Amino acid sequence: MGRQLLLEKIKVEGIRGYETYRREGGYRSVEKALKTMTPDQVTDEVKKSGLRGRGGAGFPTGMKWSFLAKPEGVPRYLVCNADESEPGTFKDRYLMEFLPHLLIEGLIVSSYALGCKRTYIYIRGEYAWIPEILETAIAEAKAAGWLGQNILGTGFELEIYVQVGAGAYICGEETALLESLEGKRGNPRIKPPFPAIKGLWDCPTVVNNVETLAAVVPILNFGGEEYAKIGIGKSTGTKLLSACGNINKPGVYEIDMTISVEEFIFSDEYCGGIANGKRLKACIPGGSSVPILPANLLLKTAKGETRLMNYESLSDGGFAKGSMMGSGGFIVLDEDQCVVRHTLTLARFYRHESCGQCSPCREGTGWMEKILRNIENGKGKSSDIDLLWDIQRKIEGNTICPLGDAAAWPVAAAIRHFRDEFEWHVNNPVECLTRNYGLAHYADPLTPVTA
Amino acid sequence: MIKFTDEKLKKVQEIVARYPEGRQKSALLPVLHLAQDEFGGWLSPETMDYVAGLLKLEPIEVYEVATFYSMYNLKPVGRFVFEVCQTGPCMLRGSDQIVDYIKQRLGIGVGETTPDGLFSLKTVECLGACGYAPMMQLGKYYREHLTKEKVDSIIDECRQNAALNN
Ligand SMILES: Cc1cc2nc3c(=O)[nH]c(=O)nc-3n(C[C@H](O)[C@H](O)[C@H](O)COP(=O)(O)O)c2cc1C
Ligand code: SF4
Ligand code: FES
Repeated sequence: MGRQLLLEKIKVEGIRGYETYRREGGYRSVEKALKTMTPDQVTDEVKKSGLRGRGGAGFPTGMKWSFLAKPEGVPRYLVCNADESEPGTFKDRYLMEFLPHLLIEGLIVSSYALGCKRTYIYIRGEYAWIPEILETAIAEAKAAGWLGQNILGTGFELEIYVQVGAGAYICGEETALLESLEGKRGNPRIKPPFPAIKGLWDCPTVVNNVETLAAVVPILNFGGEEYAKIGIGKSTGTKLLSACGNINKPGVYEIDMTISVEEFIFSDEYCGGIANGKRLKACIPGGSSVPILPANLLLKTAKGETRLMNYESLSDGGFAKGSMMGSGGFIVLDEDQCVVRHTLTLARFYRHESCGQCSPCREGTGWMEKILRNIENGKGKSSDIDLLWDIQRKIEGNTICPLGDAAAWPVAAAIRHFRDEFEWHVNNPVECLTRNYGLAHYADPLTPVTA
Repeated sequence: MIKFTDEKLKKVQEIVARYPEGRQKSALLPVLHLAQDEFGGWLSPETMDYVAGLLKLEPIEVYEVATFYSMYNLKPVGRFVFEVCQTGPCMLRGSDQIVDYIKQRLGIGVGETTPDGLFSLKTVECLGACGYAPMMQLGKYYREHLTKEKVDSIIDECRQNAALNN
């Protein structure tokens, strides 16, 4: 078992409640920060830890915090992004559901570092049973003196509130989230200004992912330098991965970012191999927005090196031959799955979730879905494949927010690596209705992989 | 006349107090959830106007928001809404077959409600339960690792529940 910094205690009976959590060493980081450190020292520890945002973009958290504007007399806000809607991703839910106090603890320390007195957790509306769990934890923490006025007699005051969304993936994008939290439609804002300067109600704001803020707790407990020793290169600490698709053991796993992709898929400690004794076909390693990789490029980089489960290694080879760590949503396809159909579901997802502000995204996502639906249903033409390629290129980089890119990349990668499969659909319009292409051929030469 | 109970009105006050002075518009999403739960599972124009009045907003500000978010129902729905996820990871684990089976069992298509008003079927996009696929949302909770047998027992459970609470 790798090093567990976040999930170590998740199986402890009663850990959801305050008493047990505290007995197991909870809230030590708050004592340490408030009693022995200045806010800037806390930020420095986070900088030293090398922690990168766990929401998808991987931006260094300490650096993001240091950009926060601090004008006199203007409140600052921390908003925890618990919108978690990227297909394949369900790690934040697991943390909030079973270790709510870890998040609350991380929020208190982070709010102290940033000088916030009101902090909001924006959670997707569909997780309808979780706000109660969080609110109970908040009430317990408050009763025990970790929230409210004059915390630990230091003069620091803080309230944490849970805000519930209402079904919109786009509200995970930080500026759309802020619009939504202001009671509006979730239309992303044009940047700059960035939230660090002008965020919630025009005040300086930091938006961080649930896992990012939870990771602040072990960083404080062990010290930033110790935390940075775990992992490799710029992939420090541990990362939660939510594994799903055709594997034996779907679930949430904490890894230290030194293990190989192969170990993650095939080891019994993690995914336990491909379900039903099948072979591995492909995988989207970091949530639906990142490029899909065929098995050969997934397990080895283009240079033939073992691919590791970390930021640098997953993106090795760029988009032509690599992918991204993204949100850690690890989606595995077995040998019988249809890449066209899978890509169609993702295209439909992005069409459904586009906020409609920018024409390339609004129109392009609709077009991509229609063309993919035709190809999947044996009504495609071979020029459709090039048309798809064209459309995704016209979306990428031409929109207000990255949802446009997120919609373009999966389509691009599917065509790049599985063009044969698209062509087979076009050339076999009847057969493709009754059977999948499976492992037949690949645009990339493939050596089939088994456990 | 549409009106929250005193208890719900207190809840609205509590929600408004979470934000700084003058920012009561932020309460709109949570209050619309409350209203939908309280007034028949959907947001009628009267309900939305009522919420606008409560939060001192223009009605259009409420309509704008209610039409943007997929969890707000702008039409009446069945008493039990089966919201089956059909995005990639769930598709890989057989969500298409689950949708077909529910259609067959209830005799309705996606987006429809049974004539007795008991069941509606919706397909939805990823609900953050991909590792427990196939799955659906039923009211506040998720039903995960669905099989045909599980679907049967959920339908029975709903029917019993409806018979008990009639
Ligand atoms: C379309 C879209 C959806 C996103 N959804 C989420 C999400 O559900 N959760 C999340 O933490 N970040 C999400 N992000 C990233 C956020 O915009 C933001 O970068 C993140 O919350 C920053 O936190 P971090 O630095 O801790 O990762 C999304 C971004 C985009 C463009
Ligand atoms: S890229 Fe798409 S989701 Fe993002 S602002 Fe433009 S239309 Fe909206
Ligand atoms: S794809 Fe169905 S819950 Fe994520």
